[in-house]
Amino acid sequence: MLHIVNKSPFEKNSLQSCLSCAKEGSTILLIEDGVYGVLKNSAVSDAITGAMKGMTICALEADVKARGIADKVIDGVKLVDYNGFVDLTCDNEKLQSWL
Amino acid sequence: MGINVGGTELETDEEGYLLNLNDWTRDAAEELAKSESIEMTESHWEVIDFLREYYDEYQIAPAVRVLTKAIGKKLGKEKGNSKYLYELFPYGPAKQACKVAGLPKPTGCI
Amino acid sequence: MTQKKFLYVNRKAPYGTVYALESLEVVLIGAAFEQDVRLLFMDDGVFQLAKGQDTAGIDNKNFSPTYSALGDYEVTKIYVDKQSLEERGMSLDDLQHLVWEDEDDDWAERDSIVLVDRSEIKEIMEENDVVLSF
Repeated sequence: MLHIVNKSPFEKNSLQSCLSCAKEGSTILLIEDGVYGVLKNSAVSDAITGAMKGMTICALEADVKARGIADKVIDGVKLVDYNGFVDLTCDNEKLQSWL
Repeated sequence: MGINVGGTELETDEEGYLLNLNDWTRDAAEELAKSESIEMTESHWEVIDFLREYYDEYQIAPAVRVLTKAIGKKLGKEKGNSKYLYELFPYGPAKQACKVAGLPKPTGCI
Repeated sequence: MTQKKFLYVNRKAPYGTVYALESLEVVLIGAAFEQDVRLLFMDDGVFQLAKGQDTAGIDNKNFSPTYSALGDYEVTKIYVDKQSLEERGMSLDDLQHLVWEDEDDDWAERDSIVLVDRSEIKEIMEENDVVLSF
């Protein structure tokens, strides 16, 4: 299952709710302001690192670069381009958007 | 758009549904029925009264399937079927009966 | 029509945005077409089910009574996240009592609301064919 989060974890609890409801083996894709969730040394980085044990964490590269945080991304987060985004939505039968 | 009820003009939308729920009276229902070529009988009123009560309680007009089942439960099985309701309201019980009852078009009704 | 299992995830409070009302309308449409519909309320979404809503002062339609009609639409499973309620200082008693009537058992009333924890939500999300988020 693919979970998509597009809200900053410092403004909304969408990422936190997503992490607590996503099953092992899921993929979590952060887009738009959601990409702030992959910042190193933040209040949520431990939660992301923890989630990476059982899930794949991805972030949309264009959104990461646009926000000037490309060099501060947690190791192990997979950066995807728009084609990768499309592949993820095709490869996963189910999708939940954490608005 | 509107209909004339006893000298008062009541506003309707382009499909003839009353715009203001509170404009509805039994006289208005008779007029609305006339515009649908329906002759109101006791059986029609039973359904109309039921719809008004349903809306009052739940703030929606029920879908046909829901209406049929609820009518069957309240007024008896012989009335809780689409045949009976379509005889009363040939162009669709939810659509036509809701109009006469002064309710908005049911959600999900095409 | 093939029946699919739909899960509607509601995470927004009722009147600040239009999400809650839109979700409810889509739910009613889906259910009118006899799809298998379940609802999940979590985060601020739990406020949608709060008892005693009165919108007279804010010029919004109070659509909270409509949740009571869901039973008629054969929506019999309404999941509410326990943690979200607790975080907001609320309990099941603060929510409307939603029921459905079991036609096969002389219209006996059954509770629709099921309190669930996050581990149960993980399973619920996976077991539905379509997840719609509001």
